[in-house]
Amino acid sequence: MENFVQQIINGLTLGSIYGLIAIGYTMVFGIIGMVNFAHGDVFMVSTFIALILFLALTQLLGLPSIYLALFLVLVAAMVLTSLWSWAIERVAYRPLRGSFRLAPLISAIGMSIFLMNFVQVTQGPRNKPLPPMFNDVIQLSGLPGAANGITLAWKQILIMAVTAVLLCVFWFVVQKTALGRAQRAVEQDRRMAALLGVDVNRTVSLTFVIGAALAAVAGTLYLVQYGVVRFDDGFIPGVKAFTAAVLGGIGSIPGAVLGGLLIGLIEVLWSAYVSSDYKNVAAFSVLIVVLIFMPSGLLGRPEVEKV
Amino acid sequence: MAATDASGPTRLGKALRDAGFAALVAAALSFPILALRAEADMNNTLVLEQRWSWILVAAAAVGSARFFASLLDDWRARAAAVLGAWALLFGAGLAVFSRLLDRDALVWALGAGVLLLAYAWFQETRARPAPAAPAAAAPKTRDALRLFAIAATAAVIAYPIVLLFWLGPQGSLKWINNYGVQILIYVMLGWGLNIVVGLAGLLDLGYVAFFALGAYAYALLSTTFGLSFWLCLPLAGVLAAFAGVLLGFPVLRLRGDYLALVTLAFGEIINIVLTNWVDVTNGEAGVSSIPRITFFGLPFTAADDGFAATFGLGFSPIHRTIFLFYLVLALALLTCFITVRLRRLPLGRAWEALREDDIACRSLGLNTTNIKLTAFALGAMFGGFAGAFFAVRQGFVNPNSFTFMESATILAIVVLGGMGSQTGVALAAVAMIGGTEILRELDFLKRLFGEDFDPNQYRMLIFGLAMVTMMIWKPRGLVSNRQPSIFLKERRAVSGGLVKEGHG
Amino acid sequence: MNRWETDPLLRVEHLTMRFGGLTAVNDVSFSVGRGDITALIGPNGAGKTTLFNCVTGFYKPTRGRLAFAREGRADASEVRALTRTGRRHARLASGDVYLLERMPDFEIAARAKVARTFQNIRLFTGMTVLENLVVAQHNALMKASGLSFLGLFGAPSWRAAEKSAIEKARQWLERIDLVDRADDPAGALPYGDQRRLEIARAMCADPVLLCLDEPAAGLNPRESAQLNALLRGVRDDHGASILIIEHDMSVVMQISDHVVVLDYGALISDGTPEFVRNDPRVIAAYLGVPDDEVAP
Repeated sequence: MENFVQQIINGLTLGSIYGLIAIGYTMVFGIIGMVNFAHGDVFMVSTFIALILFLALTQLLGLPSIYLALFLVLVAAMVLTSLWSWAIERVAYRPLRGSFRLAPLISAIGMSIFLMNFVQVTQGPRNKPLPPMFNDVIQLSGLPGAANGITLAWKQILIMAVTAVLLCVFWFVVQKTALGRAQRAVEQDRRMAALLGVDVNRTVSLTFVIGAALAAVAGTLYLVQYGVVRFDDGFIPGVKAFTAAVLGGIGSIPGAVLGGLLIGLIEVLWSAYVSSDYKNVAAFSVLIVVLIFMPSGLLGRPEVEKV
Repeated sequence: MAATDASGPTRLGKALRDAGFAALVAAALSFPILALRAEADMNNTLVLEQRWSWILVAAAAVGSARFFASLLDDWRARAAAVLGAWALLFGAGLAVFSRLLDRDALVWALGAGVLLLAYAWFQETRARPAPAAPAAAAPKTRDALRLFAIAATAAVIAYPIVLLFWLGPQGSLKWINNYGVQILIYVMLGWGLNIVVGLAGLLDLGYVAFFALGAYAYALLSTTFGLSFWLCLPLAGVLAAFAGVLLGFPVLRLRGDYLALVTLAFGEIINIVLTNWVDVTNGEAGVSSIPRITFFGLPFTAADDGFAATFGLGFSPIHRTIFLFYLVLALALLTCFITVRLRRLPLGRAWEALREDDIACRSLGLNTTNIKLTAFALGAMFGGFAGAFFAVRQGFVNPNSFTFMESATILAIVVLGGMGSQTGVALAAVAMIGGTEILRELDFLKRLFGEDFDPNQYRMLIFGLAMVTMMIWKPRGLVSNRQPSIFLKERRAVSGGLVKEGHG
Repeated sequence: MNRWETDPLLRVEHLTMRFGGLTAVNDVSFSVGRGDITALIGPNGAGKTTLFNCVTGFYKPTRGRLAFAREGRADASEVRALTRTGRRHARLASGDVYLLERMPDFEIAARAKVARTFQNIRLFTGMTVLENLVVAQHNALMKASGLSFLGLFGAPSWRAAEKSAIEKARQWLERIDLVDRADDPAGALPYGDQRRLEIARAMCADPVLLCLDEPAAGLNPRESAQLNALLRGVRDDHGASILIIEHDMSVVMQISDHVVVLDYGALISDGTPEFVRNDPRVIAAYLGVPDDEVAP
């Protein structure tokens, strides 16, 4: 029982990270109908940016407060990762918009390969471990049936809190501002939106930027939680986050978060109770099952074939 | 040429502004990742290594590329100018950071830079002839392609023999094996996937799963039951085709990117199972000592009953390599032959019709599920053949050979080749695989960058960039025209712009 | 007696199609006579195309029966008996009957022999005109090529079948006056030619019933006249019945034997062109009710 509650907590932590990445997939797919294959690698780049900035602040500049350092890292990583994503969209996707459908996908795969190897070449192929931080935990002993086993780490609270706050801010942006309106207009009909004076290129760019900023949040939190990153850490979380986006209903932002939490839970429970070797099989199987049996996901709109 | 209408200085000013902006972005992007390197020290704590000059290099390289891309119209001029500018930058770098000053290299870099820039200037300023009418050019393209295909096949058949006489058994081994056999495997895989993606328009990102099934089929059947390669080859194909149908049944009603992702997931699941089902597949360690290829029963060994002794030749490992070369060539040509024949049959035409418009297909009574399944199964079968061949060539298989990267590479070959074009796919395989293999050979770069420079490291980096560049340059691939399968009076190529890419 | 009453090819009975809360077709019943040109008209959004999609199997109707007598005259009680069995097809004593609402789209085309065209033309644009017509003969050719095995080895029987398929395509090309463009990509044809090619392609599938979704849309008067001649030829020379959605009233009145009018998903009139033209409900639907009858 204790173990189960513990797994739920861990699953929600992991799920928050997947959810943040999934938003980037779901928004880009919604707006230009493209699976941004490089998004997982953008996430990986953001973990490296966060790692290096953290080291730079604490080692080179000798910042004493770890909290201040982390806050600065989070903001800077969001800015720099957004810039990366903006540049990728500008260079590799925008020239291909409206062309052959497979071209942007191949371009995105190429970008993904490039990013992975760029980081490998510049940062080396080995694991980058950070000493653990925020190790304080809260012992949850008041719960019924829990003697002393359940721990809730501060960083887990931090992760869930940051995720929740940013989601609210972001939700406000998409629902209430002109940018959100422009986004929804471009999503419905790109050409019509352009005719009505929406700057399509700017809207699409901003979508990539927002997606990357949230991925950078995920990247920083991932670094805090797991403390180790590697150049090929983008692919698998990327696929899982995409699975989350599909599970939640592609195009739906609450769906992406919900899907992320579910995937996180499924993964953690599966490795705890079924098989940790096959934990990735769980995520991939969910992807297949969801796509086959409910392609519009949990919160997505069903699609009617237009004849 | 709308852009040339702008007067010179404005154009130059715009190019400079663009270049400055791009350089700034490049500098910002490279700031954490390029300029600082986190490396674990002896105590396994991360320390930062600083190399700020790299920011300058990145900014200069990106800025100069953007400058010429913005200034010039002709793509050849652009490419030459960018390369020339980089060569000059490199020369300047050598001169400034004279740590490894090498006068020859300096001269070469500066010389190449000046020449390329001169070519770019010539290309940009010379009067360009108006493009010929496409209708008149189309039939010629076809004849040229056909001639090229025949000549290329002949050249490939002669390739090992010529090398053998030229370089001898020792010297030619690498060229026949790394360039010949390696590229031909990808040509075959490309042709196999071309049926699924290029003809039927079904996006498959998990093609490597069928390759893996074929390889493990031979590896396990031969090591466990002692079955021979010639028996296992068809078995591997049938097994892979069967897997293709099994996968195909539930997923083929999905459309577009969803199908791509389900196939991706399938490929990953196969890989995970191969890694973790240790009892059968021996996991990460893989299956080793797989029986080697025999010459229809005669082993390629130095023994008395071996191939060399039987034919009265001196033993040499090159015999096996040459045999493998012709074997994979035969398999690839079989794939190509069947595909080309099928394209002219109702089944192949139905694949292409499906790619064009599946709703129209259904309105004409075509059972699209079955048609998709045949494409999937046939593509998978050729992947299985290639897998069995891969296993017998390596003598060892493990899951690392069957990652998503392989699927992406094969798909890139098909798309870069021009979907549906056999010649294009073969060309793309040579360019992509041969090109990355060549990077292994660039030892002279060590003279420029120092002994610890390993060009191999940059192979995949350049591969990724090449994928992006090629897509932007030619989104429809090298050969984008489509050859009709049937004609009334004359065969005229269909321009790529009209051909659809499928959505399922 | 009218032909749709004495010899119905297709009986649409109580057809209803709902999308979520929206009822696009509401309890519509009418018959299509064998050998007739039946026009389906109505204002925009009346549910005509939805009804088409139900007949051709692209939508599964929410309720209702589509009894299609490919041959013979289906007896009503026998059709009821067939409906109870849960099967989709039976060779009844009275005729060869298919229940279209139970069949997937491609089987309706392949077995019941109902072919169609689309409102927004759906040609195989990257394939040549000839290829378009040959793809339409897929099922017959597939059999002739021995599921590709005979074809792979170039068996003489296959070559003969291919030749006759090309010949059939050529005849249709002559009929629609596109022989010279046989080897051009279908997507390169002008709009009017694409319309006629789509009809020829549907006819290459040897349909018993040809369903045309606004074939005259966007045609100039000359092309419109050509189309009328083509449709009459299809009916008279090939014995195919035609169900046509059309907005152009001159086309409708000139060529159709039977007119069915839908408005807001419901059937409001059903009869000869003469009858429908004078039906006050049709006039009201098209022109609106006179101003003085509208509440302020």
